Amino acid sequence: MIEADGAGRTFRVRGRVVHAVRDLSFRVAAGEFVACLGPNGAGKSTTIKMLTGILTPTSGRVRVAGLDPSRRRTALARRIGVVFGQRTTLWWDLPLRDSLELVRLLYKVDRKVFRERLDEMCDLLDLGGFLATPVRQLSLGQRMRGDIAAALLHDPVVLVLDEPTIGLDVVSKAEVRDFLRRRCAEHGTTVLLTTHDLGDVERLCRRVLLIDHGRLAFDGTVDELRATAPGRASIEDVVAELYLRSRTTPRTPPLPLPAPDGPSATA
Amino acid sequence: MIRTYALLAWTWTRAAAQYPVSFALMTAGGVVVGGLDIAAIWVIFANTGTLAGFGLTEVMFLYGASQLAFALADLLFGNLDRISRHIVSGTLDVMLIRPAAPFVQVASDRFTPHRIGRSIQAGAVLAVGLSRLDVPLGRVWMVPVMVVSGVVIFAALFTLGGALQFLLTAAPEVANAFTYGGATLTQYPLSVYDPRIVRGLTFGLPLAFVNWQPGLYVLGRPDPLGLPSWTGLLSPAAALALAAVAALAWRAGIRRYRSTGS
Repeated sequence: MIEADGAGRTFRVRGRVVHAVRDLSFRVAAGEFVACLGPNGAGKSTTIKMLTGILTPTSGRVRVAGLDPSRRRTALARRIGVVFGQRTTLWWDLPLRDSLELVRLLYKVDRKVFRERLDEMCDLLDLGGFLATPVRQLSLGQRMRGDIAAALLHDPVVLVLDEPTIGLDVVSKAEVRDFLRRRCAEHGTTVLLTTHDLGDVERLCRRVLLIDHGRLAFDGTVDELRATAPGRASIEDVVAELYLRSRTTPRTPPLPLPAPDGPSATA
Repeated sequence: MIRTYALLAWTWTRAAAQYPVSFALMTAGGVVVGGLDIAAIWVIFANTGTLAGFGLTEVMFLYGASQLAFALADLLFGNLDRISRHIVSGTLDVMLIRPAAPFVQVASDRFTPHRIGRSIQAGAVLAVGLSRLDVPLGRVWMVPVMVVSGVVIFAALFTLGGALQFLLTAAPEVANAFTYGGATLTQYPLSVYDPRIVRGLTFGLPLAFVNWQPGLYVLGRPDPLGLPSWTGLLSPAAALALAAVAALAWRAGIRRYRSTGS
């Protein structure tokens, strides 16, 4: 459902070429719930943006739901849902209900189907109390639930969640996680999630991709991740150790050009 | 595309309707600014009978045609010059994940219907100017053609300005020099300017095709530069050529978009 083959993206910063992501290869099968972890600046966001068509890769190839994201962006948008924890995809000045109605019209969702999905969403995400409130007046927890509802109204086959629980209190976090787990399992949605909250990973994901210095540093199950640092009690400590290890081990000097198609590490 | 534009524009109109006082003030402001332009023409003709060989009604016709084209382009596409703000704040990312062309989304974002006031004013000047001129029926058909071509030319300039902001995020004013500057430039008969400028606006940046060349055709006047009278009929071609360049530049801008850090 999601494929990356030697995908890379460089940026030119003051005349120098910086590799945000290089030679990234992985595959995510339909229905998988995968976490994408990595320290700040490791290339997670760049990866997500290449997969959603926001950024064009400078090398390699990505495919999501059978499409090349940057070339078929509009077609892809109908098949995927995206939630940015750090910013809303809703219209700031409109009541939530109008925002969702606009989403319906943009995605051309049938009115009757929309009603059913909205009812279901209101039920599970408890949106009823603030449907008439302008988005700018919603609390962060309410806004996030509204954003998740908006991302699922067209029933996407792939859901990309970029830090969906950032800034939420424990209760809201639990509600959001419960909803995502149930809804995506029922619909067989493929989910890629980035987060710094390892509670999200433990409760939602079976598989973890760890991106560090723009490369894939680990690809395996949560249990396998734990096994990389035996003796560590919590997954938090395991990941902290992995991050620290990558910081202390000497890095290969940056190549002047992105490497040609490397061996594709598949799951 | 048109459906999406109308949908988003209607949404923003409703959002703007939540602040009626602001709406009324903005409309009034637009009319006052337009009124000052007209007053400037009035002052010129209070002192002299002709402007570079053109009488008051002819200047009203030229002014009305260019300002109507600009006001309509500004109403529909003027918000493309806000793209640097969308790039910096990350809202362009959100537009790129929606199933609609980012061009339509940026152009219709914060659609402000109060700019219609300016179009009506310019249209009125054009109508008054035309009604006092004796344009033969065989040439009057060119008037709507020139206004539409002018809209396309200004829209293409707004698009080029937007595309430029993918490179120069910090300098939206550079683009304004060409759009708003172009609107001011075409208010008067181009013969008031140095012939070298007029040549540049004919063969380079085709602002002469907004109202000058087609205007000369409608008025039945010879071109001071000596170009044949059918040059004015090339306005649609000039508009389409500039629109094609603008479309390519916009696509290149989207493809080299870098997004922000988070």
